[in-house]
Amino acid sequence: MLRQLGAQTVQVRKPEQLAGLDGLIIPGGESTTMGLVAERWGLVEPLRTWVHAGKPTWGTCAGMILLAARATGQKAGGQPLIGGLDVTVNRNYFGRQSDSFETLLSVPALGEPRIRAVFIRAPAIVEVGAAVEILATVPGRGEEVIAAVRQDAILATAFHPELTDDLRWHAYFLDLWHRR
Amino acid sequence: MNETNKLPANSTANHNEVITGSFAVKVGLAQMLKGGVIMDVVTAEQARIAEEAGACAVMALERVPADIRKDGGVARMSDPRMIKEIIEAVTIPVMAKARIGHFVESQILQALGVDYIDESEVLTPADEEHHINKHKFTVPFVCGARDLGEALRRISEGAAMIRTKGEAGTGDIVEAVRHARTVNGAIRQLRSMDEDELFAFAKALRAPYPLVKLTAEMGRLPVVNFAAGGVATPADAALMMQLGVDGVFVGSGIFKSGNPEKRARAIVMAVTHYSDAQILAEISEDLGEPMVGINVDTLHEAEKMAARGW
Repeated sequence: MLRQLGAQTVQVRKPEQLAGLDGLIIPGGESTTMGLVAERWGLVEPLRTWVHAGKPTWGTCAGMILLAARATGQKAGGQPLIGGLDVTVNRNYFGRQSDSFETLLSVPALGEPRIRAVFIRAPAIVEVGAAVEILATVPGRGEEVIAAVRQDAILATAFHPELTDDLRWHAYFLDLWHRR
Repeated sequence: MNETNKLPANSTANHNEVITGSFAVKVGLAQMLKGGVIMDVVTAEQARIAEEAGACAVMALERVPADIRKDGGVARMSDPRMIKEIIEAVTIPVMAKARIGHFVESQILQALGVDYIDESEVLTPADEEHHINKHKFTVPFVCGARDLGEALRRISEGAAMIRTKGEAGTGDIVEAVRHARTVNGAIRQLRSMDEDELFAFAKALRAPYPLVKLTAEMGRLPVVNFAAGGVATPADAALMMQLGVDGVFVGSGIFKSGNPEKRARAIVMAVTHYSDAQILAEISEDLGEPMVGINVDTLHEAEKMAARGW
């Protein structure tokens, strides 16, 4: 999808593949699994260095969990986090697959119309630090919870723009790089 | 794709409108499992080992296919208590198997809160003509297929994920390879056809034309496609990935081997780095005894699970 906007993309599996990149997307998946695999291949420290250097980084769903400074509801023994985003994430806030859903989000930063969002066993942000800009909220369990935030060049979404065909989130992310 | 309940982008639906169980939501979870390994587990303890090894999901069942083969008799849905214990034990998605056509077992599994149902030929079929109408469920389904026609029939019934059938419980990869190559070969054929030929091909496949056309346009199955049935080593897993599947199920191959923990981790690594022979060589080293295995050629036709399903 980024290629449609003129960007070049590569898949990162090993630390040395981070060299020469302008931006990084940590996609959806199982954050438990991704954390373990990243740890095993020595990716966690290089990713921390990357994020703390202020380089554009976008985490969706599991990627958002990995970028969070704090996460609740982890597997027994905890899971490795990259951190860098000053928020507290509740890891399966929206429950199991039977609770997965799609809806339309109002996102002032992206303008009209509202944007379709698919939440799969999704996390929610329940607390943010002062430097964090809230981009979108969604109805949670009797409260409005945060579904998308930005902190400097870090973008985090609890849902999956990679599963819908609206390019506005991708364009927003590329803009973070242009503006850095 | 033919997403049911799809919200149009400019819909006037109010902000609170939330849709669960749509095809996009069902397919979405399978998308998140891509590049991962799903492991069969029979206890909460095994589920923890699988999670720790890096499984992206577990399949909760009472007996692994190798034991189902050995024990004989009717194989059914697992005890709900065992499934609940496994759901409690791990944070990753939990799948469970229902018999082909047994929609009540599926209703029960949905009520238990499993994340995916495998309508599986590994269990004894409950209906010799009809598969489950999977559109009626909010929980997504994965189904086995030996060829493109079978895969598209399952998708038209509502399956949101496909896997090869392989020959479960044998540790012999030959059938999974056959099924993956058969599906991919048919898709390559499709891509070179004009519209007139697609109609005839759909008929020969016994598959709905719109799905055949969609497959031709996408150049791949319209849903995520995993390998299953006979994966026993990291090399088997990497072989299937190089043949173009999106991820791998491992059944009896892990917990029927000498060192399940190490083998599970190695298979996860093999799926991540499936095209790096250097890494594959390192992780294949010293894994202990693989599962003993049964050569598929020695099975009688009636013993083959892959022949179940229609």
